[in-house]
Amino acid sequence: MVAIIDYGVGNLFSISRSFEFIGEKCVVTNDCKVISSASHIVLPGVGAFGDAMKKLTAAGLIPTLDECVSNGIPFLGVCLGMQLLYEKSYEYGTHDGLGYLKGEIYPIQPDLVDMNISLKIPHMGWNSLKILDKNNCLMRNTKEGEYVYFVHSFYAKNCSESIVATTEYGVEVPAVTACGNVFGCQFHPEKSGKCGLGILSAFAELS
Amino acid sequence: MITKRIIPCLDIRDGRVVKGVNFKNIKDIDDPIELAAFYNNSGADELVFYDITASFEGRKLFTGILSEVASRVFIPLTVGGNIKSVEDFDHVLKAGADKVSVNSGAIKNPTLIAEAAKKYGNQCVVLSMDVARVDGKYRIFAKGGREDTGIDALDWAMRGEQNGAGELVLNSIDTDGVRKGFDLEMLEEIGRRVSIPLIASGGAGKKEDFKTLFELDCVDAGLAAGIFHSKELIISDLKKYLKENGVPVRI
Repeated sequence: MVAIIDYGVGNLFSISRSFEFIGEKCVVTNDCKVISSASHIVLPGVGAFGDAMKKLTAAGLIPTLDECVSNGIPFLGVCLGMQLLYEKSYEYGTHDGLGYLKGEIYPIQPDLVDMNISLKIPHMGWNSLKILDKNNCLMRNTKEGEYVYFVHSFYAKNCSESIVATTEYGVEVPAVTACGNVFGCQFHPEKSGKCGLGILSAFAELS
Repeated sequence: MITKRIIPCLDIRDGRVVKGVNFKNIKDIDDPIELAAFYNNSGADELVFYDITASFEGRKLFTGILSEVASRVFIPLTVGGNIKSVEDFDHVLKAGADKVSVNSGAIKNPTLIAEAAKKYGNQCVVLSMDVARVDGKYRIFAKGGREDTGIDALDWAMRGEQNGAGELVLNSIDTDGVRKGFDLEMLEEIGRRVSIPLIASGGAGKKEDFKTLFELDCVDAGLAAGIFHSKELIISDLKKYLKENGVPVRI
């Protein structure tokens, strides 16, 4: 059973429907007991980093998530959920993250300005994946250059150890990240057509 | 590389896909679930659904259709039509929409965009503008293109961005349904003034129109209805043509 964490951030309809579509049982929950007994955990999220951490904390979910991660349960952060896996974010102030992956979250815009690149923010739309770690189990159904759907204005930096795939948007944006049983997708696999469903299947097949 | 998006738009009335010309003469086209699946299979990058139903029963039917599409088609879904309040946002988001498009609702309720952006994030709020030329100026129209609001479209677009809209759809009433190409002049005027993604709508008649459209740097996506619904232009063929002509598209 895949547990999709419900902490009042974002739309969980599509992510639960996409697991159902690929034949995986899933539950949308904020119940620590249900989360602890899940075979896989998905941390979704849209919106602001600081807000999301506050909500996770207020819901009392963080100790349970920490425990699941250290017990080796496959854990996938999606979009903002991926950013929360890192140590810190500089989105409207400085905020501590969950710290499961090494690195920090920065706004894209100032880095584009530094390089004199004019691109719209948010980075919104379908962009192609460049796979750096072809052996990563999350990428078993994914081919080089496949397109996935992004919507974000911040990205992970100082995180070279965890990068599995990137996309190019003026800067190299970490798109898929992993360390042990912890995985992240900066894009929305549940909105990325067949390619996204393939990534969710690869995640669900992990044990 | 980020790609240019091709977006079919489905106007839904009483559970069916319909299409009008210059916002009038509405005709029945197809079943929305079948048509959505067809577009997904032929490479549409997103789908837009406009609920043009007036009755309560029709609205319930609409959210049912939306949920069914969202359970089968895993690409971004935008929903618009009679969105007047944050509660309306909530309603369609829970039924499976990813983004919500506001039009007349934002004119009547000036705080709607800001409230919704704060609650759901900018990426969720699409400002859709029906624009026509009046005395040489671009004006915002309300009520499905029937009522001149007197609002200047350039100001309106900039205000929308400042209030937190994450995307802009520009429907040219002057070119809608006429199939003689997108309103490039209008798109450029408005595109120059905003830095959020811009979706062009109104006037697509042949594949070349999309090539010309994407020569404008400020345009991120092309939206059309009639030409796709009639199957005169299949999205997979359109994308192949665009790719051959150097336009980055997802194939």
